[in-house]
Amino acid sequence: MMNRDNDKGRILIKRALIMAAFNFFIMLAIILRLYHLQVYQADRYKTLADRNRISTRILIPHRGRIFDRNNEPLAVNQQNFQALIVAEQTTSIDETLKAFNEIMPLTEGEIDKIKKDLKKNKSFVPIKIKDNLSWEDMAKIQLHSSDLPGIFVDEGLLRHYPYGELTAHILGYVSYVTKDDLKKENDPLLEVPDFRIGRKGLEKTFEKKLRGKGGNLKLEVNAFGRIMQEIQRVDGIAGEDVTLSIDVRLQKKAHELFKDESGAAIVMDVNTGEVISFSSFPSFDPNLFIQGISTKDWEELQKSERNPLSNKAVSGQYSPGSTFKMVVALAALTDNIISTTSTEYCSGKTTLGNHIFHCWKHDGHGRIDLVEAIKHSCDIYFYNISQKLGIDKIYNMADKFGLGKKTGIGLDDERDGLIPNKDWKMKRFGEAWQQGESMISGIGQGYILTTPIQLAKMMAMIANNGVEVEPTFIKQNVLSKAPESLNIQKKYFDTVKAGMYEVVNISGGTAFMSKFDYKGKKMGGKTGTTQVKRISLKERQSGIIKQEDLPWKFRNHALFVGYAPHNNPKYAVVVIVEHGRSGSAVAAPIASKLLLEALKLDDEDIKE
Amino acid sequence: MRRQGMGLGNQSLSIKEKLYNLSFAYIYFIIIIAAIGTMMLYSASGGDWQPWASKHLIRFGISFCIMITLSLVDVKYYLRLAYPLFFLTVILLIIVEVEGHIGKGAQRWIDIGFIRIQPSEIMKISLILALAKYFHNSSIQSIENFRGIIIPGLMVAIPAILTVLQPDLGTALMMIFSAGVIFFIVGVQIWKFIVAGIAALISLPIIWHFLHDYQKERVYTFLNPERDPLGSGYNIIQSKIALGSGGIFGKGYLQGTQSHLNFLPEKHTDFIFTMLSEEFGMVGAVFVVIINMLIIAYGYSFALKTTGYFGKLVIIGLTTNYFIYVSMNTAMVLDLIPVVGIPLPLISYGGTVMMSVMASFGIILSFYINRHINIGKD
Repeated sequence: MMNRDNDKGRILIKRALIMAAFNFFIMLAIILRLYHLQVYQADRYKTLADRNRISTRILIPHRGRIFDRNNEPLAVNQQNFQALIVAEQTTSIDETLKAFNEIMPLTEGEIDKIKKDLKKNKSFVPIKIKDNLSWEDMAKIQLHSSDLPGIFVDEGLLRHYPYGELTAHILGYVSYVTKDDLKKENDPLLEVPDFRIGRKGLEKTFEKKLRGKGGNLKLEVNAFGRIMQEIQRVDGIAGEDVTLSIDVRLQKKAHELFKDESGAAIVMDVNTGEVISFSSFPSFDPNLFIQGISTKDWEELQKSERNPLSNKAVSGQYSPGSTFKMVVALAALTDNIISTTSTEYCSGKTTLGNHIFHCWKHDGHGRIDLVEAIKHSCDIYFYNISQKLGIDKIYNMADKFGLGKKTGIGLDDERDGLIPNKDWKMKRFGEAWQQGESMISGIGQGYILTTPIQLAKMMAMIANNGVEVEPTFIKQNVLSKAPESLNIQKKYFDTVKAGMYEVVNISGGTAFMSKFDYKGKKMGGKTGTTQVKRISLKERQSGIIKQEDLPWKFRNHALFVGYAPHNNPKYAVVVIVEHGRSGSAVAAPIASKLLLEALKLDDEDIKE
Repeated sequence: MRRQGMGLGNQSLSIKEKLYNLSFAYIYFIIIIAAIGTMMLYSASGGDWQPWASKHLIRFGISFCIMITLSLVDVKYYLRLAYPLFFLTVILLIIVEVEGHIGKGAQRWIDIGFIRIQPSEIMKISLILALAKYFHNSSIQSIENFRGIIIPGLMVAIPAILTVLQPDLGTALMMIFSAGVIFFIVGVQIWKFIVAGIAALISLPIIWHFLHDYQKERVYTFLNPERDPLGSGYNIIQSKIALGSGGIFGKGYLQGTQSHLNFLPEKHTDFIFTMLSEEFGMVGAVFVVIINMLIIAYGYSFALKTTGYFGKLVIIGLTTNYFIYVSMNTAMVLDLIPVVGIPLPLISYGGTVMMSVMASFGIILSFYINRHINIGKD
C-alpha cells in the first residue's frame, strides 16, 4: 500500500516537472513572438501606426489673380466667411439653431440640410450653417456668441469676379472638379473636396499658371478622425497672377452700348494684337458657377434663345457680308484685275446665265471706282470683280488675313469659320465650283463664315497695311516676335482705306451717321448687313417686307468693322449685332462710340 | 489512516509562525504585477486615476487581504470543504443558467445586492479542489483504471457544459484544460489523452454547430484577420500594429499612439498587454512575461516542497489556472490563438478575475505555509 502511494507521489513529481517544462516553453514561445513583432517586423508596424495616426491634408494654394491692363482686378480670391456649428460643443442643437435663426433667418431648406449634415457626421465635425457672411453678419455673431454655443466663424477663399457679366466671356469661371477632370490629370489637389478648377475661358486656358502648387498639412488624428494636433505644415506655392490686355472701362462701355442686343464686340490694338475689349452678348454672371449653379439659374441660361453661355465673339460663325469686300478688293488689286482708279458699271443688276444678281440699290450706282464701291457698298462692282478673280484667289487673300481658321487667341470654344475654294467644295459635296458661287462669295455671302475675332484680325491687318498680328488677351510689353508683312503694296491699302474713310466721313457713305472727329482723329470702317432668311423672287416683286415686321430670329445680322484714327490706325473694332437688321443703322453707331471711347481713354491715361 | 491524518493536522502553526513562513518573493511578484496593472490603467484613461486605476488599486487592496486571510486558513478545511464547495458552485451555475433563460439572454453572474458573484469564476477554484480531493483519495490503480476516471470526468463535464451554455467558451476551455493538467499529473495514461483528443476532434463539427455566431466569427477572424479589417479582424490588426510599432524600447509611458488615439480597442481589459508593449516595448513586455514565469515557477517549486498529495495537486492546478490566463491572453493579443476574451490577471481591469486569482494565491500560500503537514485521505 505504501509502495503504491510512493509510486503515486513519484508519478506526480515526474509529470509535474513535465508540465513545468511545458509552461516554460509556452512562455518562451510568447517571448519569441514578441521578438518577431517588436524587433523583426517593427518597421513595418511603425509605418502602419503612423498611417493610422497621421492624416495628410492638402492645402489649396491661392489661385493667381487676373488683372486688366490698368491693374484693375478682374478675378480675385475673396474671403468667404462661413458660420459653422460643432454639435458636441452645444447642449442643444435645436436651441442654438433657433438662436441663430433669430439673428440671421435661415430658410427651412437650409435648416433641413444642416440637420441632415449633422446626422451624417461625427459630433465634432464642423457643419456649415451659412456662408458668404458680411462683416455685419460676423459682428452680429460675435456679439451674440454667448447665445450661440458651438457656432464659430471660419474663413475660406472663394473665386470672385468683381465685374461679373462684363468679363464672363473672357475669364470664364472656375467650378468643382468632375470625374472627367480626375481622369485627365493626377494632381492631388484635385482630390480636395473644396478645390475648383478653371472650367471655361481664360480660367481654363491659364489653369496651370493660375493654380499653383498645393501645400501639405500633417495632422495627428484619433481613430474617430478627430484632429489632435498639427504635426507639420508645408505651405504651397501660390498661382501666378496674369495681367490681361483688356481695359475693363471699355468692357463697361460695350455693355452699355449693346443694351439688350445680342452679338459680339471686339476692340483690338492693330499693332500688337492686344484685345482691349471683348464681349459676347448677352452675358451671364460667372459668380453663379463658383459654388455650383442652381438648377433654376442653369435652366434659365440654357433656355434663352439668345444663348448667353455661347461665346459669340469666337464661336459665332457669321457671313461677313460686305465687311468681306476689302479682302476681295485687295485680291483684285494684287492680281491686277482692277487698279486703284479703274471703274465698273452698276445698273442695279447683273446676269450670269439665267440668274440675275441684284445690287442692294435697285437703281444701281452707275460707273464707280473702288473707293466709291466701298463707300456705297456696291454689290455689282464686287460681283463683277470676283467673277473675274475666281474663288481660289479670293480664298488665298482671305487666308492671308486669317479668315476661315482659328486665330489661337486661347479660348477653347473658338471655331474655324469657313472660306471655301474649289477643292473644298469637291471634297465636301463632290461637285464642281460654280462661277455664281464666286460672285456670291465676293460680297461675303454663300458658304463663307467668319467669327468676330477673325474679322478683328482682318481689320487690324488692313489698318496696319498688312502686318501680321496675332490676337491675344495678354498685355504685351515687348512684341514677342518681329511682325511679318503680307507683301501687298501700301497704295492698295491706302485705296481700300480711302473707301473705308468715305463710308464714315463723306456724305452718302453707309455709316455717315456714325462719324466722329475727336481732336482730328477720325474713323474708317465698313458696314455689313447679312441675310438670315433668303429673299425669294416673290418677295422681291411684291415689295420686301420691312425688317421690323419679321420675327426677331429672321431679321438680318448687322455688322461693322472699323479702325481709328484713320491717319495713324491704332484700334480695330468689330461689332456684330445678331438680327440687328442693319449694319449702318445699328452696328456702326455702337462701333463708333466704342472706338471714340477707346481714343478718349488713351488721352485720359496720358494726362494722368 | 484518516484519524492519523487528522491528528497531524492538529499540529497546526500559530498565526505568527504562518506569517513568518509566507513566501515574500512570491508576494512581491504579485504586487509588482498589480502595480504594473495600476500604472497601465492610469495610462489607459489618458493619465487619470479615474475611472479605472484607482478602483483597480482598491480592489487589489481588498483582494490582498482576502489572499492573506486564505493563506492563514488551515489546509484541512480545504480538504474538508472541497466537495461541498463544488456542489454549491454547480448549483450556482445552474441558477445562472435558469435565470439566463428567464431574463434576457446571456448572464454570467448572480446579483446578491452588494456584490455580483460569477459562479464560473469560483468554479475554476472549486473544480481544482474537488478533483484534487478525489485523486488524493484514490489509489494509483483506480487512476490507471478506466472506471476510476469516470467520476472526475463528470466533475469536469458538468460545470464545463453549464459554462458553455452561458455562453462562455473561454472559461469552459480553461476549466477543461486545467482539469486535463490535473488528470495528467496524477498519472492518467497518455493514450487516454490521445483517445480523448481524437474524440474531441470528431465532436468538433457538433460543437461548431452549437457555437454562437460571434464565436464562429472569432475563429474565422483568427484564421484570417485581414478578412474584414474594419469588423472583427480590426482589433487584432490594431493590436499587432500597436505591439510592432512599440519596438524594443516602446514609445514611452502615456505616449502610445495606437492606444491613446483609440485605434486599439479594449485597451483597459483584454488588450492591456498590447498597450503595455506599445508604451514599454519588448523590454517591458518581456519583463511582465518573466515576472509571470517566476510566479508560475514558484508555484511549481511550492508544489514540490509540499509534502501532502492534496496540496501538490491544488498548487499545481491553481498555478495552471494562472498560467492559462497569462499564456492565453498574451497569445491572443499576439495573434497566436483566436481572440477568446480572456483578461490578463491583475493587470486587466475587472474585479472578478482579480478576486479569484488572488484567492487562488491565498490557497497556494496556505499549502506552502503548511508544506510540512501531511494530511491523510478524507
